[in-house]
Amino acid sequence: MGKENDKVIGEVTSGEYKYGFYSDIEIESIPKGLSEDVVRIISGKKGEPQWLLDFRLKAFRHWQTLKMPRWANLRIPDIDFQDIIYYAAPRKQNTVDGSGEIDPEIKKTFDKLGIPLEEQKHLAGVAVDAVMDSVSVKTTFKETLAEAGIIFSSFSDAVKEYPDLVKRYLGTVVPYTDNFFAALNSAVFSDGSFCYIPKGVRCPMELSTYFRINAANTGQFERTLLVADEEAYVSYLEGCTAPMRDENQLHAAVVEIIAENNAEVKYSTVQNWYPGDKEGRGGIFNFVTKRGLCRGENSKISWTQVETGSAITWKYPSCILKGDNSSGEFYSVAVTNNHQQADTGTKMIHIGRNTKSTIVSKGISAGVSQNSYRGLVKVLRNAAGARNFSQCDSLLLGDKCGAHTFPYIEVDNQTAIVEHEATTSKIGEDQIFYCNQRGISTEDAVGLIVNGYAREVINKLPMEFAVEAQKLLQISLEGSVG
Amino acid sequence: MNNKDGISQRYLQLYNDNIERIRQNSSPLLNSFREEAIGKFTMMGIPDRKNESYRYTNLASFFNHDFRNVFMPSESDFLKAEEFRCDVKALDTHGIVLLNGFYPTLHDKLRELPGGAWIGSMNEAAEKFSSAVAEHYGRYLNGNNDALVHLNSAMACDGVFIRIPEGTRLRKPVQIVNLVHANEDIFNQHRNLIIVEKNAEATIIICDHTLSPGRFLTNAVTEIFVGENARFDIIRIQNEHNNAGKITHTFIHQERNSSAASGNITLHGGLVRNSTHHYLGGEGAESNSYGLYLSDKFQHVDNYVSVDHAFPHCTSNQLFKGVLDDMATGAFNGRIFVHKDAQKTLAYQKNDSILLTDDAKMDTKPQLEIYADDVKCSHGATVGQLDKDALFYLQSRGIDKREARLMLMFGFAHEVVQNINVEALRERIDSLVMQRLRGELSRCASCMLRCSE
Repeated sequence: MGKENDKVIGEVTSGEYKYGFYSDIEIESIPKGLSEDVVRIISGKKGEPQWLLDFRLKAFRHWQTLKMPRWANLRIPDIDFQDIIYYAAPRKQNTVDGSGEIDPEIKKTFDKLGIPLEEQKHLAGVAVDAVMDSVSVKTTFKETLAEAGIIFSSFSDAVKEYPDLVKRYLGTVVPYTDNFFAALNSAVFSDGSFCYIPKGVRCPMELSTYFRINAANTGQFERTLLVADEEAYVSYLEGCTAPMRDENQLHAAVVEIIAENNAEVKYSTVQNWYPGDKEGRGGIFNFVTKRGLCRGENSKISWTQVETGSAITWKYPSCILKGDNSSGEFYSVAVTNNHQQADTGTKMIHIGRNTKSTIVSKGISAGVSQNSYRGLVKVLRNAAGARNFSQCDSLLLGDKCGAHTFPYIEVDNQTAIVEHEATTSKIGEDQIFYCNQRGISTEDAVGLIVNGYAREVINKLPMEFAVEAQKLLQISLEGSVG
Repeated sequence: MNNKDGISQRYLQLYNDNIERIRQNSSPLLNSFREEAIGKFTMMGIPDRKNESYRYTNLASFFNHDFRNVFMPSESDFLKAEEFRCDVKALDTHGIVLLNGFYPTLHDKLRELPGGAWIGSMNEAAEKFSSAVAEHYGRYLNGNNDALVHLNSAMACDGVFIRIPEGTRLRKPVQIVNLVHANEDIFNQHRNLIIVEKNAEATIIICDHTLSPGRFLTNAVTEIFVGENARFDIIRIQNEHNNAGKITHTFIHQERNSSAASGNITLHGGLVRNSTHHYLGGEGAESNSYGLYLSDKFQHVDNYVSVDHAFPHCTSNQLFKGVLDDMATGAFNGRIFVHKDAQKTLAYQKNDSILLTDDAKMDTKPQLEIYADDVKCSHGATVGQLDKDALFYLQSRGIDKREARLMLMFGFAHEVVQNINVEALRERIDSLVMQRLRGELSRCASCMLRCSE
């Protein structure tokens, strides 16, 4: 039976990538290479003020002193940072008549991806900021949100319209000196989303950013800044896809979240970058720095991620729990198949009193992929009454893949309680047998078990995403289960 | 030259100053390893905190000391060792006493036990059983990239050699007592080799003590070969003063169907780092490693354990627990590595620590690296304090708070102690742990020399 199971697993995990098409859109790009001039050109193209250019240049000069980090449990081929186009934008974002209509080709692309750029009724609950390559092409429901006082716009617009807000918060959670990729992003970031929820406002709809890499040889470097002022609430979604190509493309994003007193931010990601083909050719290198700062008392930041794409994922959404009674959550399902590699996890830094954090990480590896959880729970001296619970499970589908767990726990306070547990195993033959016995085919049984295994995390996603994530999980593992 | 290089340079100097003396006093076999080892040491240098496996241990405080001397024994040193009497009653063992890493008697450095087993000086064994030693010496370091292991290979002259021939079962455990006694600060390194052949059985107890107040640093490497179907237990009890640094590296190579247990009980010590490596090199091998650390003041205890599952159907278990008081710091780094095709692996790992004060600190890093699918591996780690409900339960039954706390801590520690399979020793350790938790066990109380009497 084992053999048959393996065959079914093989079939289930060999699904195809559905978003791999390429749209023929005329783009405007700058030559390959990275230098101070390139940083100036990007800044110039966006008509940025001097302080932002200075920020970029400082970051760039710092980046030049850094070396590519090698500590992750990943095999990263050498990346030639001079062989990447750092800025590419669709040439005509708007039609010539200036009516605000977007280029039909771009609209077609997003329609194909299922992302409505028009404020349609059936998806009225979600406001979208659509980013293609280096620029934001459209932000929906801007006006509706503005009525509630919420600012939701592309990063470049925010710099023009609300320079004080951007200046006040940019780089406060992830400084440009943070790490290699954060420095690179700070120097060349092109666009992204900016969101500000004023005091006491509960955002009436889900906010979402959809990232699409379309042009070849480019890298995508976007930056998201989310500020929830006192008593505010927002739920934010992020999705991403890219065309299928034999070359690797680089994606190095930075996400900063700030939650003031009693604010709550929920950040969900369904990451579905092109993972490369079955032989491991192509795919996106996804090096992302995401961090939230619970600055105020009783604030809460929750990260939920479903990671199915990318050839290499290097991503550690973290929470700095600075305010007393603040809490951080991290729910993750990371699926790797074929030649994918993932090294992902979280950091929970407990600074304030009675801070709480929960970590639930579910890894699923198939094919010849490697999937690592790497996390840090740090309780500082003054964090009296800190509480952490971590659970990291790994599921192995196939005998050539690997699942690894690297938790770091550093406790400097006697009243803290920190717990960590992890298990690694494969789907039991007895479980499959049980399902078979009740007339469920092996393939369905595996789907059932994997779904049940990931349920705890999927349940945390907003409804629209949960459905997509569940489908994605099935597609990612198509042909691999048994 | 930065400070780190400066420290490494100092040890290189120590090597250069003493290498002639070391060479003259040791066998050609041991000497043949020195040059390559010092080369590797020079390349790597004393590990600092950037080194992932020393991330939570600052060696500099102990290594940044000018140990001018490499200890070489002279006859007058032996008297102290002769006086030594183990105070564990009812513990009947084959004893070996090492003073500063040397065998402190003039005769019978290597002796035969019933059943054809040999115990004694590593240096003499290297000449007498040169082929057996050559077959195993330096073979189980598994390409280890720890500079301190290389420093030991470069400079160690003697240590304990134990060979249990095929089929022999030692009735009594072998007890190795490491004493450190000197009028000046010394850095000593010894090297042990234990060979347990096919179907043999042995238990080794190692006791570490300091007898004089100087600043000492010990860097010991023990290589152990456990043959097919053999059973082997090693228990290390550490009770040294707060000025002593103790770094041990234990490499256990296990063959098919063998079973090996390693335990580290740390009661006192300024800086203690125990690294234990189990290599499961055959199907059906079984390993159990456990440790207990009770530390206070500025003590630091670091346990590093790695278990390599290289073959299918092996099981391993790790259990490490500790109580940290005052400004004590602790670290645990456990690693389970399951090689490709090591199917049907069962591996378990657990680390629990209790912090008693806000100044105490615990860093733990339990890791799983798994490259096979049909495995059951799990690990757990907790850092916290005594269970308030349990404390309340005991108090509600008329036990005062202090006593209740002691009972809970004792119970916490006993889970580790019960792994010791020598009954007399287990009881002794239980009572030492109790004394230690009560704060009664100072270094003098546990010192077996009884100078005052």
